[in-house]
Amino acid sequence: MAKQPHPTPMLDTLESGPWPSFVTGLKRLAEDKDMVVDLLGQLETSYRTRKGYWKGGTVGVIGYGGGVIPRFTELKDEHGQPMYKDAAEFHTLRVMPPAGMHYTTELLRKFCDVWERHGSGLIALHGQSGDIMLQGCTTENVQKAFDEINEMGFDLGGAGPAVRTSMSCVGAARCEQSCFDEARAHRAVINTFLDDIHRPSLPYKFKFKFSGCPNDCMNSIQRSDMAIIGTWRDNIRTDEALVRKYFAAHGMNDLVNDVVARCPTKAIQVKDADQVRTEPSISAVRFNDTQALEIDNRDCVRCMHCINVITGGLAPGADKGVTVLVGGKRTLKIGDLMGTVVVPFMKLDTDEDLGKLIELAQKVIDFFAENALEHERTGEMIERIGLATFLEALEIDADAAMVACPRTNPYVRLDGWDDEVARIAAKKQQNA
Amino acid sequence: MSQPQLRRAVECGVPDNKPYLHPLLAKNYGNWKYHDRPRPGVLHHVAHGGDEVWTVRAGTQRQMDVWTIRALCDIADRYAEGHMRFTIRSNVEMMVSSFEQVAPLVEALEEAGFPVGGTGNSVSMIAHTQGWLHCDIPGTDASGAVKALMDELYEEFRREEMPNRVHLSTSCCEINCGGQADIAIVIQHTKPPKINHDLVANVCERPAVVARCPVAAIRPALVNGKPSLEVDETKCVCCGACYPPCPPMQINDPEHSKFAIWVGGKNSNARGKPTFMKMVAAGLPNNPPRWPEVSEIVKKILYTYKDDARPWERVADWVERIGWQRFFEKTGLPFTKYLIDDWRGARTNLNASTHIRF
Repeated sequence: MAKQPHPTPMLDTLESGPWPSFVTGLKRLAEDKDMVVDLLGQLETSYRTRKGYWKGGTVGVIGYGGGVIPRFTELKDEHGQPMYKDAAEFHTLRVMPPAGMHYTTELLRKFCDVWERHGSGLIALHGQSGDIMLQGCTTENVQKAFDEINEMGFDLGGAGPAVRTSMSCVGAARCEQSCFDEARAHRAVINTFLDDIHRPSLPYKFKFKFSGCPNDCMNSIQRSDMAIIGTWRDNIRTDEALVRKYFAAHGMNDLVNDVVARCPTKAIQVKDADQVRTEPSISAVRFNDTQALEIDNRDCVRCMHCINVITGGLAPGADKGVTVLVGGKRTLKIGDLMGTVVVPFMKLDTDEDLGKLIELAQKVIDFFAENALEHERTGEMIERIGLATFLEALEIDADAAMVACPRTNPYVRLDGWDDEVARIAAKKQQNA
Repeated sequence: MSQPQLRRAVECGVPDNKPYLHPLLAKNYGNWKYHDRPRPGVLHHVAHGGDEVWTVRAGTQRQMDVWTIRALCDIADRYAEGHMRFTIRSNVEMMVSSFEQVAPLVEALEEAGFPVGGTGNSVSMIAHTQGWLHCDIPGTDASGAVKALMDELYEEFRREEMPNRVHLSTSCCEINCGGQADIAIVIQHTKPPKINHDLVANVCERPAVVARCPVAAIRPALVNGKPSLEVDETKCVCCGACYPPCPPMQINDPEHSKFAIWVGGKNSNARGKPTFMKMVAAGLPNNPPRWPEVSEIVKKILYTYKDDARPWERVADWVERIGWQRFFEKTGLPFTKYLIDDWRGARTNLNASTHIRF
């Protein structure tokens, strides 16, 4: 039995309504935990005063410089004593989940038991960076909780100016659109940078995210410094039985309005079946006895829309790989940035392919570490120095797939133009 | 007395997920053919080899107590097959290997208070941040605002009646940890930071704070004989970037930290390229415990979209078709001069054409 609960009239109103209530959960914990009784007291105060009362600090585990988010209360009485003393320390341990956030009940129960023993019993599944967030721990118990979790085979994630915990989609485990082994790439890349995760010493945070296809369910373009997104180079594959099934259920209006008209590059046409072109870049599939969809894959930008609508009937090609984009981030300081293409396509089938991705990641992080200003994200650094400079440092040749359009202003030194043209021609000849 | 032996961390990193995969997911890894949705909240995946797996998706409160997680485990053990996973929007997914198991699992989840839904053209759970519960710089709460809004959108989570999927997010400060969304709720401060000059010198690394300001409005100054910082309030855009590195520059204000609503963010590459969301409303009060003013505007935008958008149009696609004039007309939201971009790259957000809808 814990101590008497504080009155929480404002939070109480969040127990009504049909959506699951975190307040009800906190109150259940407060039956046994003084820490949660006082957490509710402080949270109710925040609701009343509309102010936050946590400050950071330095709390960690032996050998690591990050992975714990320290929180000390600032809600104090006139003598400087915490108003809610049992929640005066309320730290979070960030723990990296298995890629794709798959669990057995046995594993989750173990996490619950550890966190009931050493922490508040409050767990977020998951934080915005993809961590299991074990929330509410005293300074004293942080090491104990970590030791048990570490013995279970789990490790802390990133915090501060470090490589951060990553996320990958369900992908190959349960999605027909998957274009690479997301979990394998996720694990191989992240586990290369454990030192940069556990000992924060970069200019600022660095995030990787892995999405199996351009639907980008991990939001990697807009919220990771390096986005690895599955794609393919060859033709969209077709399955006539499933395309006919779609057409039988939906008819011509839906086919035209929802599929053909929504193709962003007008790569799809409805044709009489005997009029369909037979060039190598054409995917064609009958949807009834006389008519077919014809896709010119040279015009296709791999947006996924038609594949999403007729899933299985249309499918990503067989020559799969990834596109790598660099520089996505949230608002502060210069405004939100999307990642932009740095590698239009690379295979990711073999260990050697994966090694190349890791090598690229290492080069990007090394350059970031040496050249970014303090508290500058990779995207901001590229904005400051220009993408061409960044590419040069990475020894990656410019590619028209990296731009929305070529430059629209003349403000550039072109002294090197002829040499660059000659270099590209020589390289082309060498590779021919 | 000898010191207790200190345990060295095993830097094991991201664990292998194979031991935690549902057996059918492990067996058909990388070999799925297609999926369909027999009902909202249920996915049916078919592998090339003919195996089938059904997934039941349900909403959670994200901030879960161990009892809630154990309740989910009990359901997964009894009605599913002992495996579950979580989506990026904190929905739980339980996999079963026969269609017959779906209905009892759905019933058990709903019975226990976890709404089944969040698939296809539904309004899925709100991506959100930590807020007053755990953040050190929050302008508001996250879990409470999300709970209040999801209570109102409960049926939209359980149905698939939107033109396309709808992703929502909330963020407790302008860093926008909630991320891009079809409709996003983000704190927007409206007054410059209030500086406690007695504390700045001891707490803040002043050059670092000066460097954080996106509009160069902060400069070192002596105030009352103490080294401190001052803000050129005519330049300040009230973003709060100075507050995390310098807590004595308090940006959160119970009265003047307001909410803004943004629309049209899209992460997917489907149809158009990914888009950033755009601010369409501001000045909404930070009004716990249920933030009714915010919910009202979100619902207004959501239901205007639901009525007006065509199949497969996300909010961004819909606005691209109808134009911003009509968006403001249909939603009844005022278009003010504050919504005209003047940040870097702003000219690309102006209408340099005669393309105008009348």
